[in-house]
Amino acid sequence: MPLLTAAAQIDPFVPQLYKVAHVRRELSDVVTLEIKPSQGSRPSYAPGQFNMLYAFGIGEIAISISGDGTDSTGFVHTVRDVGAVSRAIAALDIGATLGVRGPFGTEWPVTAAEGSDILIIAGGLGLAPLRPAITHVLANRARYGRVAILFGCRHPEDILFHDQLAAWRGRLDIAVEVTVDHADSNWHGHVGVVPALIPRVSFSPHDTVALVCGPEIMMRFTANALRDAGVASNQIYLSMERNMKCAIGLCGHCQFGPTFVCKDGPVMRFDRIERLLTLREI
Amino acid sequence: MAGLEHILREHAFFAACPEDQIALVAGCARNHRFDPGQYLFREGDPANEFFLIRHGKVALEIAAPAQSPIVISTLGEGEIVGASWLLPPYRWTSDARAVELVRAVGIDAACLRGKCEADHHLGYEMMKRFAPILVKRLNATRLQILNVYGKR
Repeated sequence: MPLLTAAAQIDPFVPQLYKVAHVRRELSDVVTLEIKPSQGSRPSYAPGQFNMLYAFGIGEIAISISGDGTDSTGFVHTVRDVGAVSRAIAALDIGATLGVRGPFGTEWPVTAAEGSDILIIAGGLGLAPLRPAITHVLANRARYGRVAILFGCRHPEDILFHDQLAAWRGRLDIAVEVTVDHADSNWHGHVGVVPALIPRVSFSPHDTVALVCGPEIMMRFTANALRDAGVASNQIYLSMERNMKCAIGLCGHCQFGPTFVCKDGPVMRFDRIERLLTLREI
Repeated sequence: MAGLEHILREHAFFAACPEDQIALVAGCARNHRFDPGQYLFREGDPANEFFLIRHGKVALEIAAPAQSPIVISTLGEGEIVGASWLLPPYRWTSDARAVELVRAVGIDAACLRGKCEADHHLGYEMMKRFAPILVKRLNATRLQILNVYGKR
Protein backbone atom coordinates (compact mmCIF):
# COMPACT_ATOMS: atom_id res chain seq x y z
CA MET A 1 0.00 0.00 0.00
CA PRO A 2 2.78 2.54 0.66
CA LEU A 3 3.95 1.88 -2.91
CA LEU A 4 0.48 2.74 -4.22
CA THR A 5 0.41 5.92 -2.21
CA ALA A 6 3.82 6.97 -3.44
CA ALA A 7 2.84 6.21 -7.02
CA ALA A 8 -0.36 8.14 -6.71
CA GLN A 9 1.51 11.22 -5.57
CA ILE A 10 3.26 11.40 -8.89
CA ASP A 11 0.60 9.81 -11.07
CA PRO A 12 -2.68 11.69 -11.23
CA PHE A 13 -4.32 8.67 -12.86
CA VAL A 14 -3.95 6.52 -9.75
CA PRO A 15 -6.86 6.86 -7.34
CA GLN A 16 -6.30 7.06 -3.62
CA LEU A 17 -8.43 4.95 -1.36
CA TYR A 18 -10.95 6.79 0.80
CA LYS A 19 -13.58 5.55 3.20
CA VAL A 20 -17.01 7.03 3.76
CA ALA A 21 -17.07 8.52 7.24
CA HIS A 22 -20.49 10.11 7.24
CA VAL A 23 -23.56 10.20 5.02
CA ARG A 24 -26.21 12.87 5.13
CA ARG A 25 -29.31 12.70 2.99
CA GLU A 26 -30.00 16.21 1.72
CA LEU A 27 -32.89 15.58 -0.66
CA SER A 28 -34.66 12.50 -1.94
CA ASP A 29 -32.00 12.06 -4.62
CA VAL A 30 -29.05 13.95 -3.12
CA VAL A 31 -26.61 12.87 -0.44
CA THR A 32 -23.55 14.48 1.08
CA LEU A 33 -20.64 12.14 1.79
CA GLU A 34 -17.76 12.88 4.11
CA ILE A 35 -14.85 10.76 3.02
CA LYS A 36 -11.46 10.30 4.66
CA PRO A 37 -8.25 8.87 3.24
CA SER A 38 -7.54 5.26 4.21
CA GLN A 39 -3.93 6.29 4.70
CA GLY A 40 -2.22 9.61 5.31
CA SER A 41 -3.87 12.98 5.01
CA ARG A 42 -5.93 14.46 2.26
CA PRO A 43 -4.37 17.01 -0.08
CA SER A 44 -5.33 20.65 0.32
CA TYR A 45 -7.92 22.14 -2.00
CA ALA A 46 -9.27 25.51 -3.02
CA PRO A 47 -12.99 26.45 -3.20
CA GLY A 48 -14.34 25.50 -6.61
CA GLN A 49 -12.10 22.50 -7.27
CA PHE A 50 -13.34 18.98 -7.90
CA ASN A 51 -12.30 15.38 -7.38
CA MET A 52 -12.77 12.35 -9.57
CA LEU A 53 -14.71 9.84 -7.49
CA TYR A 54 -14.37 6.20 -8.49
CA ALA A 55 -17.05 3.63 -7.70
CA PHE A 56 -15.15 0.39 -8.08
CA GLY A 57 -16.30 -1.70 -11.01
CA ILE A 58 -18.73 0.94 -12.20
CA GLY A 59 -16.90 4.09 -13.15
CA GLU A 60 -15.57 7.50 -12.27
CA ILE A 61 -17.20 10.93 -12.22
CA ALA A 62 -16.17 14.47 -11.46
CA ILE A 63 -17.79 15.88 -8.32
CA SER A 64 -17.07 19.30 -6.88
CA ILE A 65 -15.89 19.60 -3.32
CA SER A 66 -18.74 20.91 -1.20
CA GLY A 67 -17.17 21.00 2.27
CA ASP A 68 -17.77 23.88 4.57
CA GLY A 69 -14.16 23.86 5.70
CA THR A 70 -14.82 22.60 9.20
CA ASP A 71 -13.13 19.24 8.62
CA SER A 72 -9.50 19.27 7.55
CA THR A 73 -9.09 15.49 7.53
CA GLY A 74 -11.29 14.55 4.59
CA PHE A 75 -13.35 15.75 1.65
CA VAL A 76 -17.05 16.49 1.48
CA HIS A 77 -18.95 15.78 -1.72
CA THR A 78 -22.61 16.33 -2.47
CA VAL A 79 -23.83 13.84 -5.06
CA ARG A 80 -27.07 13.65 -6.96
CA ASP A 81 -28.23 10.21 -7.97
CA VAL A 82 -28.63 10.80 -11.69
CA GLY A 83 -26.63 8.10 -13.51
CA ALA A 84 -25.01 4.71 -12.94
CA VAL A 85 -21.85 6.02 -11.25
CA SER A 86 -23.50 8.76 -9.21
CA ARG A 87 -26.18 6.28 -8.13
CA ALA A 88 -23.50 3.87 -6.91
CA ILE A 89 -21.65 6.64 -5.06
CA ALA A 90 -24.81 8.07 -3.57
CA ALA A 91 -25.67 4.61 -2.28
CA LEU A 92 -22.38 4.13 -0.39
CA ASP A 93 -22.73 3.44 3.32
CA ILE A 94 -20.45 4.47 6.14
CA GLY A 95 -17.23 2.46 5.95
CA ALA A 96 -17.48 1.81 2.20
CA THR A 97 -14.37 2.39 0.12
CA LEU A 98 -14.10 4.50 -3.02
CA GLY A 99 -11.26 5.84 -5.14
CA VAL A 100 -10.40 9.53 -5.30
CA ARG A 101 -8.22 11.45 -7.72
CA GLY A 102 -7.71 15.13 -7.20
CA PRO A 103 -8.30 17.87 -6.38
CA PHE A 104 -8.28 19.27 -9.88
CA GLY A 105 -9.28 22.46 -11.66
CA THR A 106 -9.50 26.16 -11.13
CA GLU A 107 -10.90 27.90 -8.08
CA TRP A 108 -13.38 30.61 -7.22
CA PRO A 109 -11.52 33.96 -7.07
CA VAL A 110 -12.24 34.52 -3.39
CA THR A 111 -8.84 36.10 -2.72
CA ALA A 112 -8.87 38.34 -5.78
CA ALA A 113 -12.38 39.48 -4.82
CA GLU A 114 -11.32 40.85 -1.44
CA GLY A 115 -12.40 44.45 -1.07
CA SER A 116 -15.30 44.05 -3.48
CA ASP A 117 -18.97 43.26 -3.05
CA ILE A 118 -19.70 39.59 -3.67
CA LEU A 119 -22.78 38.09 -5.27
CA ILE A 120 -22.99 34.32 -4.91
CA ILE A 121 -25.72 32.93 -7.15
CA ALA A 122 -26.62 29.26 -7.13
CA GLY A 123 -29.23 27.16 -8.85
CA GLY A 124 -30.21 23.74 -7.56
CA LEU A 125 -27.25 21.51 -6.82
CA GLY A 126 -25.02 24.41 -7.89
CA LEU A 127 -25.02 25.52 -4.29
CA ALA A 128 -22.72 22.60 -3.44
CA PRO A 129 -19.63 23.77 -5.39
CA LEU A 130 -20.21 27.27 -4.01
CA ARG A 131 -20.38 26.24 -0.36
CA PRO A 132 -16.59 26.25 0.13
CA ALA A 133 -16.47 29.77 -1.33
CA ILE A 134 -19.32 30.92 0.90
CA THR A 135 -17.60 29.45 3.93
CA HIS A 136 -14.36 31.18 3.01
CA VAL A 137 -16.06 34.54 2.50
CA LEU A 138 -17.98 34.30 5.76
CA ALA A 139 -14.87 33.23 7.68
CA ASN A 140 -13.11 36.31 6.33
CA ARG A 141 -16.16 38.57 6.27
CA ALA A 142 -14.28 41.79 7.06
CA ARG A 143 -12.26 41.50 3.86
CA TYR A 144 -15.31 41.92 1.62
CA GLY A 145 -17.87 44.59 0.93
CA ARG A 146 -21.52 43.63 0.75
CA VAL A 147 -22.19 39.91 0.44
CA ALA A 148 -25.34 38.40 -1.00
CA ILE A 149 -26.29 34.78 -1.58
CA LEU A 150 -29.08 34.17 -4.10
CA PHE A 151 -30.40 30.65 -4.43
CA GLY A 152 -33.01 29.20 -6.73
CA CYS A 153 -34.43 25.73 -7.18
CA ARG A 154 -37.51 24.02 -8.56
CA HIS A 155 -39.75 23.50 -5.54
CA PRO A 156 -39.54 24.45 -1.85
CA GLU A 157 -38.79 20.79 -1.02
CA ASP A 158 -35.72 20.93 -3.29
CA ILE A 159 -33.89 23.54 -1.23
CA LEU A 160 -30.37 22.24 -0.70
CA PHE A 161 -28.54 22.82 2.62
CA HIS A 162 -31.78 24.17 4.04
CA ASP A 163 -30.51 24.54 7.60
CA GLN A 164 -27.31 26.20 6.49
CA LEU A 165 -29.16 28.66 4.27
CA ALA A 166 -31.35 29.50 7.25
CA ALA A 167 -28.26 30.02 9.41
CA TRP A 168 -26.65 32.26 6.80
CA ARG A 169 -29.88 34.20 6.51
CA GLY A 170 -29.80 34.70 10.26
CA ARG A 171 -26.54 36.61 10.04
CA LEU A 172 -26.91 40.35 10.02
CA ASP A 173 -23.96 41.02 7.72
CA ILE A 174 -25.09 39.25 4.53
CA ALA A 175 -28.21 39.11 2.39
CA VAL A 176 -29.72 35.73 1.56
CA GLU A 177 -32.62 35.37 -0.86
CA VAL A 178 -34.22 32.11 -1.94
CA THR A 179 -36.64 31.63 -4.80
CA VAL A 180 -38.38 28.63 -6.32
CA ASP A 181 -39.67 28.12 -9.84
CA HIS A 182 -42.91 26.48 -8.75
CA ALA A 183 -44.90 26.62 -5.54
CA ASP A 184 -48.39 26.65 -4.18
CA SER A 185 -49.79 29.26 -1.86
CA ASN A 186 -48.39 27.52 1.23
CA TRP A 187 -44.93 28.81 0.27
CA HIS A 188 -44.35 32.34 1.54
CA GLY A 189 -41.01 32.99 -0.13
CA HIS A 190 -40.18 34.24 -3.60
CA VAL A 191 -41.49 32.48 -6.69
CA GLY A 192 -39.63 33.11 -9.93
CA VAL A 193 -36.26 32.50 -11.48
CA VAL A 194 -33.03 33.26 -9.68
CA PRO A 195 -31.91 36.12 -12.00
CA ALA A 196 -35.04 37.99 -10.87
CA LEU A 197 -33.51 38.19 -7.39
CA ILE A 198 -30.56 40.27 -8.57
CA PRO A 199 -32.36 43.65 -8.42
CA ARG A 200 -33.55 42.81 -4.90
CA VAL A 201 -30.12 42.98 -3.26
CA SER A 202 -27.78 45.92 -2.84
CA PHE A 203 -24.36 45.92 -4.48
CA SER A 204 -22.10 48.28 -6.39
CA PRO A 205 -22.15 46.95 -9.96
CA HIS A 206 -18.77 48.43 -10.80
CA ASP A 207 -17.12 46.84 -7.79
CA THR A 208 -18.78 43.45 -7.59
CA VAL A 209 -17.53 39.95 -8.23
CA ALA A 210 -20.23 37.40 -9.04
CA LEU A 211 -19.81 33.67 -8.55
CA VAL A 212 -22.45 31.65 -10.36
CA CYS A 213 -23.10 27.92 -10.39
CA GLY A 214 -26.05 25.90 -11.61
CA PRO A 215 -27.48 24.44 -14.80
CA GLU A 216 -25.82 26.03 -17.81
CA ILE A 217 -28.99 27.72 -19.05
CA MET A 218 -29.58 29.22 -15.62
CA MET A 219 -25.99 30.51 -15.57
CA ARG A 220 -26.39 32.06 -19.02
CA PHE A 221 -29.57 33.89 -18.03
CA THR A 222 -27.98 34.94 -14.74
CA ALA A 223 -24.80 36.24 -16.36
CA ASN A 224 -26.88 38.28 -18.80
CA ALA A 225 -28.97 39.67 -15.95
CA LEU A 226 -25.81 40.57 -14.04
CA ARG A 227 -24.49 42.39 -17.07
CA ASP A 228 -27.81 44.20 -17.46
CA ALA A 229 -27.38 45.28 -13.85
CA GLY A 230 -23.97 46.76 -14.68
CA VAL A 231 -21.58 44.03 -13.59
CA ALA A 232 -18.71 43.69 -16.07
CA SER A 233 -18.35 40.34 -17.85
CA ASN A 234 -14.82 39.93 -16.51
CA GLN A 235 -16.17 40.09 -12.96
CA ILE A 236 -18.58 37.20 -13.48
CA TYR A 237 -17.37 33.64 -12.87
CA LEU A 238 -19.24 30.47 -13.82
CA SER A 239 -18.56 26.88 -12.81
CA MET A 240 -18.82 24.82 -15.98
CA GLU A 241 -19.70 21.17 -16.27
CA ARG A 242 -18.68 18.79 -19.01
CA ASN A 243 -18.00 15.08 -19.26
CA MET A 244 -14.60 14.82 -17.60
CA LYS A 245 -12.46 11.71 -17.85
CA CYS A 246 -8.73 12.27 -17.30
CA ALA A 247 -9.23 15.51 -15.34
CA ILE A 248 -5.81 16.84 -16.34
CA GLY A 249 -6.42 18.13 -19.87
CA LEU A 250 -5.12 15.16 -21.83
CA CYS A 251 -8.04 13.14 -23.13
CA GLY A 252 -10.21 15.91 -24.58
CA HIS A 253 -13.54 14.57 -23.34
CA CYS A 254 -14.36 17.87 -21.67
CA GLN A 255 -13.15 20.08 -24.49
CA PHE A 256 -15.09 23.32 -24.60
CA GLY A 257 -13.98 25.27 -27.65
CA PRO A 258 -10.28 26.00 -27.18
CA THR A 259 -10.40 25.08 -23.50
CA PHE A 260 -10.64 21.98 -21.37
CA VAL A 261 -13.12 22.33 -18.55
CA CYS A 262 -11.11 20.01 -16.28
CA LYS A 263 -7.91 22.02 -16.60
CA ASP A 264 -9.00 25.54 -17.56
CA GLY A 265 -12.15 25.22 -15.43
CA PRO A 266 -14.44 24.34 -13.90
CA VAL A 267 -14.45 27.96 -12.72
CA MET A 268 -14.23 30.15 -15.80
CA ARG A 269 -14.56 33.87 -16.39
CA PHE A 270 -17.71 34.77 -18.31
CA ASP A 271 -16.02 37.10 -20.80
CA ARG A 272 -13.71 34.27 -21.86
CA ILE A 273 -16.47 31.76 -22.59
CA GLU A 274 -19.47 33.93 -23.37
CA ARG A 275 -19.27 33.29 -27.11
CA LEU A 276 -18.93 29.54 -26.55
CA LEU A 277 -22.05 29.34 -24.41
CA THR A 278 -24.31 29.99 -27.36
CA LEU A 279 -22.50 27.84 -29.92
CA ARG A 280 -24.69 24.85 -30.77
CA GLU A 281 -21.75 22.77 -31.99
CA ILE A 282 -19.97 22.71 -28.61
CA MET B 1 -51.60 64.98 -4.53
CA ALA B 2 -48.11 66.32 -3.79
CA GLY B 3 -47.59 63.33 -1.52
CA LEU B 4 -48.54 60.92 -4.28
CA GLU B 5 -46.31 62.72 -6.75
CA HIS B 6 -43.44 62.33 -4.34
CA ILE B 7 -44.19 58.63 -3.88
CA LEU B 8 -44.35 58.07 -7.64
CA ARG B 9 -41.12 59.96 -8.21
CA GLU B 10 -39.37 57.74 -5.67
CA HIS B 11 -40.70 54.50 -7.17
CA ALA B 12 -38.32 52.56 -9.43
CA PHE B 13 -40.90 52.38 -12.21
CA PHE B 14 -40.87 56.16 -12.62
CA ALA B 15 -37.10 56.64 -12.36
CA ALA B 16 -36.06 59.72 -14.37
CA CYS B 17 -39.62 60.32 -15.54
CA PRO B 18 -40.35 63.95 -16.53
CA GLU B 19 -42.08 65.91 -13.76
CA ASP B 20 -45.06 66.94 -15.87
CA GLN B 21 -45.80 63.30 -16.67
CA ILE B 22 -45.50 62.29 -13.02
CA ALA B 23 -48.05 64.98 -12.24
CA LEU B 24 -50.40 63.61 -14.88
CA VAL B 25 -50.11 60.05 -13.54
CA ALA B 26 -50.50 61.24 -9.95
CA GLY B 27 -53.91 62.55 -10.93
CA CYS B 28 -54.97 58.94 -11.45
CA ALA B 29 -53.28 57.56 -8.33
CA ARG B 30 -54.39 56.60 -4.84
CA ASN B 31 -52.80 54.83 -1.90
CA HIS B 32 -53.64 51.24 -0.96
CA ARG B 33 -52.92 48.94 1.93
CA PHE B 34 -53.50 45.20 1.64
CA ASP B 35 -53.37 42.85 4.61
CA PRO B 36 -51.74 39.43 4.24
CA GLY B 37 -54.08 37.14 2.31
CA GLN B 38 -56.08 40.00 0.84
CA TYR B 39 -56.44 40.02 -2.94
CA LEU B 40 -55.41 42.98 -5.04
CA PHE B 41 -57.44 41.55 -7.88
CA ARG B 42 -58.96 38.29 -9.12
CA GLU B 43 -58.70 36.53 -12.45
CA GLY B 44 -61.45 37.57 -14.83
CA ASP B 45 -62.27 40.80 -13.04
CA PRO B 46 -62.02 44.09 -14.96
CA ALA B 47 -58.47 45.43 -14.93
CA ASN B 48 -59.46 48.82 -13.62
CA GLU B 49 -56.28 49.60 -11.75
CA PHE B 50 -52.64 48.54 -11.65
CA PHE B 51 -50.32 48.76 -8.69
CA LEU B 52 -46.87 50.02 -7.84
CA ILE B 53 -45.61 48.10 -4.81
CA ARG B 54 -44.00 50.28 -2.15
CA HIS B 55 -43.60 47.63 0.54
CA GLY B 56 -44.38 43.95 0.85
CA LYS B 57 -44.76 40.98 -1.43
CA VAL B 58 -47.52 40.03 -3.86
CA ALA B 59 -48.06 36.56 -5.32
CA LEU B 60 -49.54 36.16 -8.79
CA GLU B 61 -51.58 32.98 -8.71
CA ILE B 62 -53.70 30.73 -10.85
CA ALA B 63 -56.52 29.01 -9.01
CA ALA B 64 -56.81 25.29 -9.61
CA PRO B 65 -59.68 23.02 -8.59
CA ALA B 66 -59.15 20.81 -5.54
CA GLN B 67 -55.66 22.10 -4.82
CA SER B 68 -53.90 25.15 -3.49
CA PRO B 69 -53.53 27.99 -5.95
CA ILE B 70 -50.37 27.75 -8.07
CA VAL B 71 -48.04 30.70 -7.61
CA ILE B 72 -46.62 31.93 -10.91
CA SER B 73 -44.33 34.55 -9.47
CA THR B 74 -43.91 36.92 -6.59
CA LEU B 75 -43.35 40.64 -6.89
CA GLY B 76 -41.91 43.01 -4.37
CA GLU B 77 -40.94 46.57 -3.56
CA GLY B 78 -40.26 48.70 -6.60
CA GLU B 79 -42.17 46.42 -8.95
CA ILE B 80 -45.43 46.70 -10.87
CA VAL B 81 -48.43 44.43 -10.45
CA GLY B 82 -50.70 44.13 -13.47
CA ALA B 83 -50.38 44.70 -17.18
CA SER B 84 -53.83 43.62 -18.34
CA TRP B 85 -55.07 47.19 -18.04
CA LEU B 86 -52.98 48.04 -21.11
CA LEU B 87 -54.79 45.93 -23.68
CA PRO B 88 -58.41 44.98 -24.37
CA PRO B 89 -60.42 43.26 -23.02
CA TYR B 90 -58.89 44.80 -19.84
CA ARG B 91 -59.46 41.76 -17.63
CA TRP B 92 -57.04 40.21 -15.15
CA THR B 93 -55.53 36.89 -16.21
CA SER B 94 -54.45 35.80 -12.73
CA ASP B 95 -55.13 36.47 -9.07
CA ALA B 96 -52.85 38.79 -7.12
CA ARG B 97 -52.64 38.08 -3.38
CA ALA B 98 -50.78 39.98 -0.69
CA VAL B 99 -48.35 37.50 0.87
CA GLU B 100 -47.53 39.98 3.61
CA LEU B 101 -48.64 43.48 4.45
CA VAL B 102 -48.50 45.40 1.17
CA ARG B 103 -48.47 49.12 0.69
CA ALA B 104 -49.00 50.16 -2.90
CA VAL B 105 -50.07 52.98 -5.13
CA GLY B 106 -52.95 52.11 -7.43
CA ILE B 107 -53.26 53.84 -10.79
CA ASP B 108 -56.77 54.09 -12.20
CA ALA B 109 -56.52 52.39 -15.57
CA ALA B 110 -59.32 54.19 -17.40
CA CYS B 111 -58.02 57.52 -16.15
CA LEU B 112 -54.46 56.80 -17.32
CA ARG B 113 -55.56 55.30 -20.64
CA GLY B 114 -57.56 58.47 -21.27
CA LYS B 115 -54.58 60.66 -20.52
CA CYS B 116 -52.36 58.52 -22.73
CA GLU B 117 -54.83 58.88 -25.60
CA ALA B 118 -54.92 62.63 -25.12
CA ASP B 119 -51.14 62.95 -24.70
CA HIS B 120 -49.22 60.49 -26.84
CA HIS B 121 -45.92 61.55 -25.30
CA LEU B 122 -47.25 60.25 -22.00
CA GLY B 123 -48.58 57.12 -23.71
CA TYR B 124 -45.21 56.45 -25.35
CA GLU B 125 -43.44 57.03 -22.05
CA MET B 126 -45.71 54.52 -20.33
CA MET B 127 -45.13 51.97 -23.11
CA LYS B 128 -41.36 52.46 -22.89
CA ARG B 129 -41.54 51.74 -19.18
CA PHE B 130 -43.87 48.77 -19.41
CA ALA B 131 -42.35 47.02 -22.44
CA PRO B 132 -38.97 46.13 -20.82
CA ILE B 133 -40.79 44.78 -17.78
CA LEU B 134 -43.01 42.61 -19.92
CA VAL B 135 -40.04 41.34 -21.96
CA LYS B 136 -38.07 40.59 -18.78
CA ARG B 137 -41.01 38.66 -17.36
CA LEU B 138 -41.48 36.78 -20.63
CA ASN B 139 -37.82 35.73 -20.56
CA ALA B 140 -38.09 34.74 -16.91
CA THR B 141 -41.15 32.64 -17.73
CA ARG B 142 -39.23 30.91 -20.50
CA LEU B 143 -36.50 29.98 -18.04
CA GLN B 144 -39.10 28.91 -15.50
CA ILE B 145 -40.85 26.50 -17.85
CA LEU B 146 -37.57 24.98 -19.03
CA ASN B 147 -37.39 23.12 -15.73
CA VAL B 148 -33.60 23.49 -15.74
CA TYR B 149 -33.21 21.83 -12.36
CA GLY B 150 -34.78 18.57 -13.50
CA LYS B 151 -32.77 15.40 -14.07
CA ARG B 152 -31.34 15.08 -17.57
